[in-house]
Amino acid sequence: MRARKVVIIGGGVAGMQTALRLRALGEEPIIIEREAQLGGKVRNWYLLFPTFIPSADVVEPLMRAVKEQGIEVHLGCEVVQFDNHRVELADGERIDCDAVALCSGSTIFDARLKEEYGYGIYDNVYTSVDIERMMAEGRMPERSPRRVAILHCVGSRDEKVCQRHCSKVCCITGVKQAIELKKLYPKADVFNFYMDIRMFGPGYEELYHTAQRNYNVHFVRGRISEASPLMDGCIQIKAEDTLTGRPLRMSVDMLILLVGMRANDDNVRFAESAGLRLADSGFMRAADLFAGNVRSSREGIFYAGTITAPKSIGEVLNEGVVVADSIVDYLNKQEG
Amino acid sequence: MRRTKWEEYQKDIADDKYYYARSCIRQNFFPGSEKAFLDILRNDLGKDIFDDPLHTSCTGIGYHSDIVPFETIMTVVARQFALMHEAGYENFTSSCITSFGIYTEILNTWEEFPETEERTRENLFKATGRELVKPKSLAHTSDVIFHLRKEIAERMKRPLVNALTGEPLRVVEHIGCHYAKIFPKSGIGGSEFPYVLAGMIESWGGEVVDYPERRHCCGFGFRNYLVQANRGYSVANSQKKLESMAPYRPDFIVCNCPGCSMFLDKWQYTIAEMEGTTYGAHGHGIPVLTYEEMAGLVLGYDPWELGMQMHAVDVEPLLEKMGVEYDPSTKYLGPKGKYIGKPAAAAVNCSAGVTLYDIKK
Amino acid sequence: MASVNFGFGISKPRVIDIDRNNLRKSDEILLEMPELQTCIGCGSCTASCTAGNLTSFNFRKVHALVRRGEYAGAYEEMNKCMLCGKCRLLCPRGINTRGVVMLIKRKLGDF
Repeated sequence: MRARKVVIIGGGVAGMQTALRLRALGEEPIIIEREAQLGGKVRNWYLLFPTFIPSADVVEPLMRAVKEQGIEVHLGCEVVQFDNHRVELADGERIDCDAVALCSGSTIFDARLKEEYGYGIYDNVYTSVDIERMMAEGRMPERSPRRVAILHCVGSRDEKVCQRHCSKVCCITGVKQAIELKKLYPKADVFNFYMDIRMFGPGYEELYHTAQRNYNVHFVRGRISEASPLMDGCIQIKAEDTLTGRPLRMSVDMLILLVGMRANDDNVRFAESAGLRLADSGFMRAADLFAGNVRSSREGIFYAGTITAPKSIGEVLNEGVVVADSIVDYLNKQEG
Repeated sequence: MRRTKWEEYQKDIADDKYYYARSCIRQNFFPGSEKAFLDILRNDLGKDIFDDPLHTSCTGIGYHSDIVPFETIMTVVARQFALMHEAGYENFTSSCITSFGIYTEILNTWEEFPETEERTRENLFKATGRELVKPKSLAHTSDVIFHLRKEIAERMKRPLVNALTGEPLRVVEHIGCHYAKIFPKSGIGGSEFPYVLAGMIESWGGEVVDYPERRHCCGFGFRNYLVQANRGYSVANSQKKLESMAPYRPDFIVCNCPGCSMFLDKWQYTIAEMEGTTYGAHGHGIPVLTYEEMAGLVLGYDPWELGMQMHAVDVEPLLEKMGVEYDPSTKYLGPKGKYIGKPAAAAVNCSAGVTLYDIKK
Repeated sequence: MASVNFGFGISKPRVIDIDRNNLRKSDEILLEMPELQTCIGCGSCTASCTAGNLTSFNFRKVHALVRRGEYAGAYEEMNKCMLCGKCRLLCPRGINTRGVVMLIKRKLGDF
């Protein structure tokens, strides 16, 4: 049986896992990555919830394996359009294939759109992504902040910015970053402002409990309504402490916005060219949410990772395996 | 202050040929401002602006006090638009933020619900025989001044600069809630970081001071302050803003809303009389200007001609900082030289000394 | 010079101002009983409360306010507790709720 070509659009953890699994099953995966290197967004993360392992522990073995397996990788390549037998790149190259796995992930919400928080205008307002990078690069402020506020659901569950869906991983990221901040600055008061706390994964609820019980992280149920500057460079925030029914105000040295995942702008173009369906959230719509959650509505086109919805890294890695199996199954059926 | 996004909020503001709709209350509280606007546009900038004696109140105060129903106010607004068309204009500009909010709200309502527009059209025709023609552009008068700020800067006589130190004046801006909080896209710079007044201040040499409660409402709120017993929390909102801005030592406050400029000015008097607290330099108040007064000073108008003697908080400290030459003895002489009366000395004020008028008395 | 009566007073803000509140007592309470911080506001305690069903006593709200540095009236409120212990049976986080009542009374007796 000849090895069949499967083009994988996106070389993040989903794409790499899919490629490796396909190779293990004897197929010929080709990864197309827009960036200059593999690894996707996870590469920019510092430690991963809920176990605080470095993100490199997940990404680097995948990258190494891709290299060792000699998987064909095209870096710095944009996909213009595709269908189940051909993928067209921005440089004009066309790759013929037997199936396509769309693993192009999602986009981080641009916090500047929530103007009331003054991201990009006031110093000391950060996104969770900034904090990961600063932690990874050892660029956190040397002087301990007195007080830090972490705001959940920025660009998630918010009709005002056309993002009604829950980004799923921000709650636990907020808990994780709160603990990291407390480890770094034991004297600082860290407040998490949340609308609901959604601890869906193994060990998450326990980590939430640990943050409260062992790190004295404060949780306030209420959404911050606005951030404004104070004379000393601090940020004043307002919220309702809904559990006491009173407005709440405080100054903080750092305001961290837990930015959500939104659908890629490319999805619309991809859906049009390949005849795929979008969910209301703009993410790709899987064939169904149970047995067919890695299949698209078109034959020969498959999904893995956050292209269909926000997901944790563990879930994405599982999908990489499942999608490879589904693809092989499909290809075998095609050949009868 | 750093602003990143104001340019994304743009709207069509006409260059010339405006139909002017006055405010109900401004002529009482800041009586020179609307005249200054007309003078600046006509005499300084050579624009065509029509001040129509036929137009009425938009009935916004009644609407926001639950007295005037929506159907009625839509018909009144339709009449204003009909008058504009009859006068041969298509660029509507209103002096009042409440009215501006109402015009915006109603135009949007008509766009969303064409059947409502039809009903209003019928009502207007039945009631007045006039025909509704919607404006080509709708702008608040502060939008117009913002739009023409560079032309004003070219004719500037006194920049917003401290004449003694050469430092830019520190200005606190306050935007009326109904300017952009209802329809953020209808305001220059949106609702969180509006640029309409900041743009004027920066073009004329001043420095905009951001402060924690900048976006907070002044507390006007119509039915809240209209009932005397409710005024406690109305005034508390202005107090919250004043407390928050005081540490930044602003040289003056500028507003684009009739209610806000009235409240931020006159509540300073009230708070000083009730609690003895003042927020400006030397135990006095912080002067509050309308943007027309600010533009007028920049263009070299006489402060008394601009009606600045009617403020609760004296503006003299600001005039001195800007190096404005003014005649203290004519402060309370009206346009025709007739004595218009003089307020009693108050804690927020600085010029409590004996003046010509007292001697006359 | 409080003086002129205009027929209304100036309302006082009801905001919880964390910058102005003195959180020392609150910190002491949390240090002694860190599990109190794990309250998720489910309200089982107040739902089952003997006193809360007949008076305005709201155990969940009172200790939440205490944690924000709002101590006024907390002692008097906690005095309404009959120490029946039903809330402790229910608390999904296992907080020693009766201990919280006693701790707040001990710490905030003079507020």
